[in-house]
Amino acid sequence: MDFQPILAAAAGGHGAVNPWAAIAYLVSGILFILALRGLSSPASSRRGNRYGMAGMTIAVVTTLLTHAPVTVDGGVDSIGLVEILVAIGIGAVIGIVMARKIAMTAMPQLVAAFHSLVGLAAVAVAAAAYLNPQAFGIADAAGQIFTVSRVEMGLGIAIGAITFSGSVIAFLKLNGNMSGAPIMLPGRHVINLGTLAAIIGLVAYFTFDQSPWVFWTVTGLSFLIGFLLIIPIGGADMPVVVSMLNSYSGWAAAAMGFTLGNTAMIITGALVGSSGAILSYIMCRAMNRSFISVIAGGFGGDDAAAGAGGTKEQRPWKPGSADDAAFLMSQAENVIIVPGYGMAVAQAQHALREMADQLKKEGVNVKYAIHPVAGRMPGHMNVLLAEANVPYDEVFELEDINGEFAQADVAFVIGANDVTNPAAKTDKTSPIYGMPILDVANAKTVLFVKRSMGGVGYAGVDNDVFYMDQTMMLLGDAKKMADDIVKALSGSGH
Amino acid sequence: MDFIAIFSIFVLACFVGYFVVWSVTPALHTPLMSVTNAISSVIIVGALIASAAAGSASSKWLGLAAVVMASINIFGGFAVTERMLAMYKKKER
Repeated sequence: MDFQPILAAAAGGHGAVNPWAAIAYLVSGILFILALRGLSSPASSRRGNRYGMAGMTIAVVTTLLTHAPVTVDGGVDSIGLVEILVAIGIGAVIGIVMARKIAMTAMPQLVAAFHSLVGLAAVAVAAAAYLNPQAFGIADAAGQIFTVSRVEMGLGIAIGAITFSGSVIAFLKLNGNMSGAPIMLPGRHVINLGTLAAIIGLVAYFTFDQSPWVFWTVTGLSFLIGFLLIIPIGGADMPVVVSMLNSYSGWAAAAMGFTLGNTAMIITGALVGSSGAILSYIMCRAMNRSFISVIAGGFGGDDAAAGAGGTKEQRPWKPGSADDAAFLMSQAENVIIVPGYGMAVAQAQHALREMADQLKKEGVNVKYAIHPVAGRMPGHMNVLLAEANVPYDEVFELEDINGEFAQADVAFVIGANDVTNPAAKTDKTSPIYGMPILDVANAKTVLFVKRSMGGVGYAGVDNDVFYMDQTMMLLGDAKKMADDIVKALSGSGH
Repeated sequence: MDFIAIFSIFVLACFVGYFVVWSVTPALHTPLMSVTNAISSVIIVGALIASAAAGSASSKWLGLAAVVMASINIFGGFAVTERMLAMYKKKER
C-alpha cells in the first residue's frame, strides 16, 4: 500500500481532515438515509438494506485506509492490521450465526442484545479516546483534552453506558431470565433523579478537571442509572423500552461522531436517534400512555391486578367448538383475523395461515388486523405473519381496517385481548381507558380464541366482548384450535 | 471541522431522520429497528481508530474489543434484516 502513508499523514483529526475521507463519510451517511427510506414499502426494502451495507463498507474501508496501524518508521504495521481484521472476522461470525439462528418470536430479545453491544462499544470507544486523546486528535500537545471534546466524550460515555445496562435488563426481562413484573425500589424517583443530577454535574466538572476519577465515576454512575431506570418497567411496556433504547444507541453514536468530527457517525446517530424516538412515541400513543408514565414504571404490576380482581362477577358467555367456528367462517363473506402475541407464544401462526388458505378456497375474503402493540416490539406481529407466508397486502394497520369491522361477518380474535376491549372507550376508570382499540364488537359474529375464561390480558382487566350475544368463546390452545378448525374446514367437503 | 459546522449537520440530519422514519410503513417497524441497530454500529469508525493508534496499549485493546462488538452488530443486524425482509411477500394472483 504505497498511498497509505500519504493518507495517514493527511488524516490528523479535527485539524486536518482528508477531504476525500470526509466525502466518503458523507456518502456513507447518505446511503444510510436511503437504507431507511427503502423501508417505506416492502418492495423497496431489500434494496434499502443493500444501501445500508454499502454505506457501512465505505465507512469501514475509509477508516482502515486513513487510520491504518503504523509502525515507528512510518510503514504499515501488518500485525496490527491483521489483529483488526481478525476482530472484524470474529464479530462477523458471531453476528451472522446469531442472525441465522434466532427465532422470529425472539426478535425483541435479539434487538435488545444488539442495543447493549452498541452501548458497550460506545463506552469502549469513549474510554479509548480518553486514554489516548492524541490519536483521536482531540487533545493538545500537553495531553489536555479540548473542552468541547470533554463534553462530547462525557455525554457519549454516559449515554453508551445507560444504553448498555438498560438493554441488558430489557434483554433479561424479554428473554424470561428475569420476571417481567416491575421491581419497585423504595424512593426510586429520588435515587434516579439524584444519580442523573450527579452524572450531569460530573460531566460539567469534567470540563475543568480531566482526572480519571471524574471520567470513571461518570461511567459507573451511568451503568447504574441504566439498570435502575429499566427494572421498574413492566413487561407490557417493553415495546416502548426497546424503542427508547434504540434511540439512545443512536444518540451515543452521534456523541462519538461529535468527538471524532465524523459526518457518517453524526448523520447515522441522528437518524437512529429520531427513529427510536418516533417508535417510542407511536408505541405510547397506541397504549394511550405518556412517555413519562412509562419511564416512571410500575405498569402491569400489583396495582392493576388488584383493581380488576376485586369486582369479578360471573357473567354468562357462550362456548363454541372448532366445528362451529369452521361452519360460521365458511358461510361468511368477510372474515377479519385479529392476532395477538398469544398467537405467537402458541406458535399458531402457520396453522392460522392454513386456516385462512382454506377459507380463501371457499371464497371467503380474509384480512388481518394488527394493533400497533400486538407484539413485543413495533411491527413484531407483521414479521411473525410474514414468516408464516401471510402476504403483506392482506395485513392492515388499525386505522386502515377499523371501519371494516362493521361489514365483517366474523372477527376471529386469536391471542389478543386488551387491544379489543371496549372498556378503553367507555370506562373512564379502566387502566386502558383511551387506548385505541380494534372494534371487533362491531362484527356480526366474534370468535374469541382464549386459553381459559380465568386469565386476563397484560392490563389485568376483564373484556366485555366475551359476554356479548354475538360472541362465541373458543377455549383452548391457540395452535390446537386453529389446527382443529383447519381439519373441520377440509373435512366439510366443500 | 468546527463545532458549529458539525452541529448544523447534526440538526439537519435529525430533521431528515424525522421525515424519513415517519414514511416507514408500520409493517416494517421491526426491520427498521434491526437496520438502525446495524447502522448505529458505524461507531466502529472510532473503534478502528483506537485499535490502530500507537501510544496506549489499553486504548488499543479497548478499541479491538469495540471492533468485535460493533462487527457483531453490523453483520448480525444486516443479516437478520435481510432475513426478515425476504419473508415479506405479496399475494400470489
